[in-house]
Amino acid sequence: MKKLFAYPYVVWISIFIVVPLLLVLYYSLTAVDADGAAYFTLDNYRRFFEASTPGQPFLERIYVSVMLRSIWLALISTAICFVLGYPAAYIMAGKGFSDKSFLLFLFLVPMWMNFLLRTYAWLTILEQNGVLNNLLGFLGIPKLDILYTDAAVVLGMVYNFLPFMILPIYTSLRKTDRSLIEAAQDLGADGIKVFSRVVFPLSIPGVVSGVTMVFMPGVTTFIISNLLGGGQYILIGNLIEQQFLKVGDWRFGSAISVILIILILISMGIFARVDKEPVTTA
Amino acid sequence: MKRVMIVLGLVAALFAFTGCGSDTLNVFNWGDYIDEEVLGIFTEQTGIQVNYQNFATNEEMYTKIKNGGSEYDVLFPSDYMINKMIKEDMLEKLDMQNIPNIAHIGDQFRNLSYDPNGEYSVPYMWGTLGILYNTAMVDEAVDSWDILWNAKYENRIFMYESMRDSFTPAFKRLGFSINTTDSAEIDAAKRLLIEQKPIIRAYVGDAVKDSMIGGEGALSLVFSGDAVFCIEENPDLAFAVPKEGSNIWFDAVVVPKGTKHKKEAEAFINFLCDPDIALKNTEYIGYSTVNMTAFENLPQEVQDDPVYWPRLESLGNSEVFLDIGDYIGEYDKAWTEVLASE
Repeated sequence: MKKLFAYPYVVWISIFIVVPLLLVLYYSLTAVDADGAAYFTLDNYRRFFEASTPGQPFLERIYVSVMLRSIWLALISTAICFVLGYPAAYIMAGKGFSDKSFLLFLFLVPMWMNFLLRTYAWLTILEQNGVLNNLLGFLGIPKLDILYTDAAVVLGMVYNFLPFMILPIYTSLRKTDRSLIEAAQDLGADGIKVFSRVVFPLSIPGVVSGVTMVFMPGVTTFIISNLLGGGQYILIGNLIEQQFLKVGDWRFGSAISVILIILILISMGIFARVDKEPVTTA
Repeated sequence: MKRVMIVLGLVAALFAFTGCGSDTLNVFNWGDYIDEEVLGIFTEQTGIQVNYQNFATNEEMYTKIKNGGSEYDVLFPSDYMINKMIKEDMLEKLDMQNIPNIAHIGDQFRNLSYDPNGEYSVPYMWGTLGILYNTAMVDEAVDSWDILWNAKYENRIFMYESMRDSFTPAFKRLGFSINTTDSAEIDAAKRLLIEQKPIIRAYVGDAVKDSMIGGEGALSLVFSGDAVFCIEENPDLAFAVPKEGSNIWFDAVVVPKGTKHKKEAEAFINFLCDPDIALKNTEYIGYSTVNMTAFENLPQEVQDDPVYWPRLESLGNSEVFLDIGDYIGEYDKAWTEVLASE
């Protein structure tokens, strides 16, 4: 009987995840000859890594450099989310904070709004004559001009993905056994030591899932870089979008998607390894 | 066996919700590209319900239709996309007997190069691509694409995110055709665009309208129809089609192959060609109508406005986009290099 409840999920997974993934893989590995017959080839992948001028250094190659930029911006966003998110989660999970459900609610409210709308709102805020600059002008502070720069792209990512960092960390901090902290205190550990030796190591699973949940959408996003980057900071997500929606080259688009999937699998492998590292209590 | 049945049942249930009603016409149009009031009038007159949906780019629409996943009955593609869809046998030939109102469409807009026999499409709107500029920030004459490369306007120039539109100023500045398939010409245009990139504020889509109206930019590449709208909102703005020539574009109404509602679709197209309806649409959208009867009913000052109604004779060097087939991949590569350049 229990199994019965798994069927909708199995159906869902096979229709919307497994089949599309196989299709992407198929498209990425094939090309069509003059008669319209498909044949196996690695050309779509080769194109991604190929030099546009002879002797071009690998990292400067057009698509490789776009990929590196995506990883870089996603890493920066993840780091900022961590720096902002950990203390927030820590405070919320803390004993002294009684109104945690309200604070949690405040973090979740923006997510009730459509992601696209939230990002559009930043356009109006960051414009040269926008809300932010009017405010700054009113206070006599020099204007900021960050719209259509990579700072705006990072800001958009941090804003949109911050809850994904806070929630898992909050959950794992909440689950921490209080008696362990008390034991450390009884044994003479000061606040910093309690945190660095007990609280933080025990929250690592939360940190790892937070980092994964911010890094992955960060590295694949194309809407944020389109809207807030003004099209000038193309990321790997934009490359894929361009192939499917503008050029109609599904094979190359699929190859880029597969490369992106491999990239994410590798980074997940790295994160998972951090997760498994034994917590030293010595 | 029972398990299989359950899985199949669930799959069937899933698909049961995707079907469409029989008396509904599925219309797929650009965003904000019809006075939606006329849809109600159409339903009132004919009893046919309209399911109205939007797309943002020709390619997005094409991808949906090509993969047959969606059942649309009426589409509004642009010239080159119609050209491509005809080549790929994706469109129904229209029965002009059912579209008598086509008589109102100006002769100069019929049987154009993208649909030479006028069998597949009925024109809807037309316009050009030019430079919208803010006269409070630009005091020199704007008559050439060169000004989009003028470093004086650094960080105050907007270009389009769509590659063929943004390539147009570069091709025309170099004296090439906007339909070129010569890799040396594309390369030269690419280098020109890379040279321009440091002074560009952003490559955007519809957002250019808000930015220009709000005084965020001095110069921008825009379609004439959007220029009409922006100038209405901000009288400081003006529009010019550069002397080197530009792109003249047409959006037309077509019916995709395999529709179950061809008759209803033709009735809808005929309805759109009705002068009163065409007038409503052109007044709402601000784009230039192809309907001459509707044009004559517009206020005289609109008829005389060269932004709304560019003089065809002044567009001598301008061209219509044609489908360039797989060669679009070369454009894409060049365009990616432009956007990824520092």
